[in-house]
Amino acid sequence: MSGLVDGLFTPFVEFSFMRRALVACLALGLGCGPVGVLLTLRRMSLMGDALSHAVLPGAAIGFLLGGFSLPAMSLGGFAAGLAVALLAGLVTRFTGQREDASFAAFYLISLALGVLIVSTHGSSVDLLHVLFGTILAVDDASLLLVASIASLSLLTLALIYRPLIVECFDPGFLQAVQGRGTVYHLAFLILVVLNLVAGFQALGTLMAVGLMMLPAAAARFWAQEVWSMAATATVIAVLSGYLGLLWSYHYDLPSGPAIILTAGLIYLLSLGLGRRDGLLVRFLPRPHLQS
Amino acid sequence: MTQQPAIRLDNLTVCYDRHPAVHHLSGAFPDGSLTAIVGPNGAGKSTLLKAIMGMLPTTTGRIDHVALTRADIAYLPQQAQIDRQFPITVLDVVLLGHWQRIGMLGAVTAALREQANAALAAVGLADFGRRLIHSLSAGQFQRVLFARMLLQEARLILLDEPFTAIDARTTADLLEVVQSWHAERRTVIAVLHDLEQVRAHFPETLLLARSGIAWGRTAEVLTPTNLHRARQIAEDWDDSALLLCAVQP
Repeated sequence: MSGLVDGLFTPFVEFSFMRRALVACLALGLGCGPVGVLLTLRRMSLMGDALSHAVLPGAAIGFLLGGFSLPAMSLGGFAAGLAVALLAGLVTRFTGQREDASFAAFYLISLALGVLIVSTHGSSVDLLHVLFGTILAVDDASLLLVASIASLSLLTLALIYRPLIVECFDPGFLQAVQGRGTVYHLAFLILVVLNLVAGFQALGTLMAVGLMMLPAAAARFWAQEVWSMAATATVIAVLSGYLGLLWSYHYDLPSGPAIILTAGLIYLLSLGLGRRDGLLVRFLPRPHLQS
Repeated sequence: MTQQPAIRLDNLTVCYDRHPAVHHLSGAFPDGSLTAIVGPNGAGKSTLLKAIMGMLPTTTGRIDHVALTRADIAYLPQQAQIDRQFPITVLDVVLLGHWQRIGMLGAVTAALREQANAALAAVGLADFGRRLIHSLSAGQFQRVLFARMLLQEARLILLDEPFTAIDARTTADLLEVVQSWHAERRTVIAVLHDLEQVRAHFPETLLLARSGIAWGRTAEVLTPTNLHRARQIAEDWDDSALLLCAVQP
């Protein structure tokens, strides 16, 4: 029994880098949970993926200019992600090309550019850092950044929650009672990019979106309403962070993939066992004559 | 027809998708009137409602909202635009009808909630508040949207094909709601297809085929001659479109 407790808690008691990583996961989960749920409800899951890749060249340019400095990489990543989102939105608006196609075009350009920059100007170790993150090397500055982004996300969501939901569920109604909801859409896109930037330091550009989408996708099998889905997704994201860190510690695995795989495992379990529409509930005959 | 108008149209032309969908339409919806808009497919009926809502720009002419502001107008678009799988409860949808009172951040008080429940009861959905909308039939969902409009207390109500693909029982119940709005002297404008329904329930009619064919008392508008003319004009669109296609390589 004491062995088990040791296994679950000792790494965090003994090592400050593990504690910091855990706190980073907690903050990431708080921001990514609700943002991910709204992203899936807006049918933008794949755009989250595209945006996470789009962040790369900005981070790479920041890396070139400032070295392995968090502010430079974050600022670059944020600018690149936002540029891709806006360009894709503009193309869709003016040409009628569907948004998923224009998003794909711009993120691919962005990703290729990013890999090019990093591989010609840095070592392959640097590339690995940018692509897969280094949650175990999260310092105080990164921690502060991740925590600030989480706080900002939650505050902004609380502020625009109602119009954002209405714009998603019945855009015609919002337009009729108060005018176009473009402002809320834009504010939300900024939050998505911000949270991806928060995630890429810890998990890397390729994995950052995982902590956003997998908990959100899993939460759908447990909760019925938007707020409860967001709460469930947050709990799943934080839990994935904790279990993933333990797993990577005990088996000496890279922490980013371990965290995302844990989230993936929780998704698969939810898919099978979820109370709402999970496979087990769907295919087992329900005793619906009893109450 | 000496009444004060609620909405006045003056030589109005509105384009939709770069084609004129409504042209050179002039006239007025009298305050407190109950008007049906009928006409062939593509006649510009929905476009006209959207233009009145300010969702489409006018190309020429103007729409005079007289004394009405955005808060005075309720609009029911065609159902297809709403995500009916969205995880939201019936009560939350109805509560949106209070938007002008609660806005983005206002609290939903017990009194407002009570009114929402009363509106649900008025459309025959008492006790449906906790249900999620994806569990409702099309007819039940349309009742929910009518309950939401009840709370809006609008002076002008625009309905775009409110009874398309809705069961007969629901249609009859919701027509009663429309009649009650009319009795309260609210102005109601509805795009409809069923001419029998229009003759039975709507005193005024606008027959539209991009331009106005006839506008006034329903019995005088829906004559065989007028309907024939509207159909003929609609066939000409197809012909001219075909001609255009034939000319282009």
